[in-house]
Amino acid sequence: MMRSKFSPLAALMLIAIVGINFAEASTEAAAQCRGLDVKHQQVNNDIGNTASLQRGARNFMSYCVTCHSLKYNRYSRIAKDLGIPDAELDKFLVLPNVKKTDYVTAPLSASDGEAWFGKAPPDLSLIARSRGPDYVYQYLTSFYADAGSVTGVNNLVLPGTAMPHVLSSLQGVPDALRCNLAAGQPGATIVISELVPGVVGQLDSEQYIGFVRDTVNFLDYAGEPTKALRTSLGVWVILFLLVFTGFAYLLKQEYWRDVK
Amino acid sequence: MTMANENKDNPTIEKKGFNAWLNKRLPIDEFVNSQLIGYFAPKNFNFWYFFGALALLVFVIQILSGIFLTMNYKPGELTAFDSVEYIMREIEWGWLIRYMHSTGASFFFIVIYMHMFRALMYGSYRGPRELLWIIGMLLYLGLMAEAFMGYVLPWGNMSYWGAQVIVNLFGTIPVIGGGLVEWIRGDYGIADATLNRFFALHVIAVPFALAFLILLHIVALRQTGSNNPDGIEIKANLNNRGNPLDGIPFHPYYTVKDLFGVGIFLLFFCGVIFFVPTFGGLFLEKPNFEPANPLSTPEHIAPVWYFTPFYAMLRAVPDQQMGALLMTLAIVAFFFLPWLDRSPVKSMRYKGWISRTFLGFFVVSFIALGYFGMMPADGLYVILARIFTTLYFAYFILMPWYTRVEKTKPLPERVSYDA
Ligand code: HEC
Ligand code: HEM
Repeated sequence: MMRSKFSPLAALMLIAIVGINFAEASTEAAAQCRGLDVKHQQVNNDIGNTASLQRGARNFMSYCVTCHSLKYNRYSRIAKDLGIPDAELDKFLVLPNVKKTDYVTAPLSASDGEAWFGKAPPDLSLIARSRGPDYVYQYLTSFYADAGSVTGVNNLVLPGTAMPHVLSSLQGVPDALRCNLAAGQPGATIVISELVPGVVGQLDSEQYIGFVRDTVNFLDYAGEPTKALRTSLGVWVILFLLVFTGFAYLLKQEYWRDVK
Repeated sequence: MTMANENKDNPTIEKKGFNAWLNKRLPIDEFVNSQLIGYFAPKNFNFWYFFGALALLVFVIQILSGIFLTMNYKPGELTAFDSVEYIMREIEWGWLIRYMHSTGASFFFIVIYMHMFRALMYGSYRGPRELLWIIGMLLYLGLMAEAFMGYVLPWGNMSYWGAQVIVNLFGTIPVIGGGLVEWIRGDYGIADATLNRFFALHVIAVPFALAFLILLHIVALRQTGSNNPDGIEIKANLNNRGNPLDGIPFHPYYTVKDLFGVGIFLLFFCGVIFFVPTFGGLFLEKPNFEPANPLSTPEHIAPVWYFTPFYAMLRAVPDQQMGALLMTLAIVAFFFLPWLDRSPVKSMRYKGWISRTFLGFFVVSFIALGYFGMMPADGLYVILARIFTTLYFAYFILMPWYTRVEKTKPLPERVSYDA
């Protein structure tokens, strides 16, 4: 079997060596060393915000659809649900030979994807359901520069990810600051403590977060196109049931008056 | 039937037209008179007595929503997952039908667990209702089979791996285990053949068996009459017409009361369907939104919440065979309750503090085990799971002892009821 050139063991040794030097250099700073934990960050997207969904759809069609499909979503249905006029929709059909009623497929075949990236880009129509919108948000906001990786970047929530940082022209590429958790003790535990702006992009960090939030909002929609309908209808159903239950209670009281 | 005669002192109203024509051929009025109006139920039913009728309601909801799902669901390892998404997205109201069915499955178990707890509290399993209780337990087993096979149908990744784990449990049976597992799956692994046969069982065989058992359950109930929160027999005090003094006609009293119960139930049910259909990953698990993938095991495999108490027991024992045996015993134990309980009284209202404590331990254990069954099997959780498994079994094993030694309160002559 062929082994990857960059073995995890070598990586660990490298980190350890760098780490020990690092630890010697800055025991003081490492005293407050804490690992960066992004797994609690929330996207707080709003599926009822149509403008945001429209922006998200545009983002997806501009930056993601070359690799990722939405195989359960049709262009025409997206346009209808998101209130996108026909003229606008034409701009979405960025791929050659697609019709409005087609499902959103990616031009990249699975085998090509595997050959190019080592892993086929997954279909994203259910990603917001299988991982949750928060996860997708964390994934898209935690790329950082890593010279040791083939793509030049790495990711906090999916270490060693095969996906390149396709939004680097917008966000830039953050640098990771590292510190030693076990400062003052033998050995070293190097963790990433912070992501700081490195190479800059076209958007400032707030704009980038907004961009990602819109995109995730759209993926949330794509995972369950009827979500907005479901909740708005739900309010009426509950109101009806409250009235029904109220009358049922009065009826019961009326009948039971003579039970002693 | 004798029950029909109970209303004979009501003057028979002369029937005319279609009603007369119909009743000559189909005894609808007679059925209503004897089975609904002529059936006397204790007047002191409380909150816990809503759940039998609600179980019936959920059964009907499952059958109806199931029929519509079946119209578009396509069993088969290449089509199942896609067809479910097709229902969710492209079939008109498909999402509602699907959420009704998936939420209904969880609510079925909530309702049944409340229904069973009621029986534990008021000693409804005791004579003369032993058979009613056993039929109920058969319903519970049928329901578990139905829910398990239904969960496999969407062919998500948790469907696949859950089926793998649960079907393999049959492999721990000595001698026949290996062959049995293969026979269940119809293949060397969970595969297309398994999915297809589970579909057949889920939509035809098990629902039929459940419907039949429900019928038996209700006939058995009519024979003995309902128990009540006081655990005394209302048939002991009859009026001069032979009707229980503490009984009231099921219709209209309990039909209107149950209608109110249905309203409250539907508020919860629709609240989940419309606002939190996955219930935070408890009713629809996240990994099940990824198609079945034999090469990628979910981070940790856990069955849906209603099976997790038993799953926790399975994992509490290092040896899988012993674990499976323990899990089976945890369910089988219920069948013996009518003979384990030796108390002179039925209801917790009159039993002593030891019985109450053990029932309390039992409930806490069941809930705690349900929680541990969802968590990764880490050190502390395993130890706690063992403690609670022990308490769970103590409820059953020590019952013949503690129900006899404790001091019980004197039973009242008539049921307690505040108008
Ligand atoms: C150049 C091709 C390419 C483009 C463009 C691309 N991706 Fe990816 N993406 C990948 C690959 C390859 C993977 C598989 C990564 C892995 O599993 O390591 C992936 C994985 C993902 C995942 C899943 C991560 C996981 O945990 O499994 C998400 C979410 C994702 N991409 C979102 C996006 C979004 C949103 C965009 C558009 C902003 C986008 N991708 C654009 C190639 C791409
Ligand atoms: C499909 C599932 C079931 C349905 C539709 C169902 C239905 C009913 C109904 C309508 C009643 C009368 C109303 C009431 O007492 O609440 C009842 C009573 C009863 N059921 Fe069930 N039941 C089901 C499952 C079970 C199970 C799983 C058990 C226990 C193992 C059980 C045990 C009992 C007992 C003991 C009674 C009599 C209770 C009393 O009189 O105090 N049932 N059932």
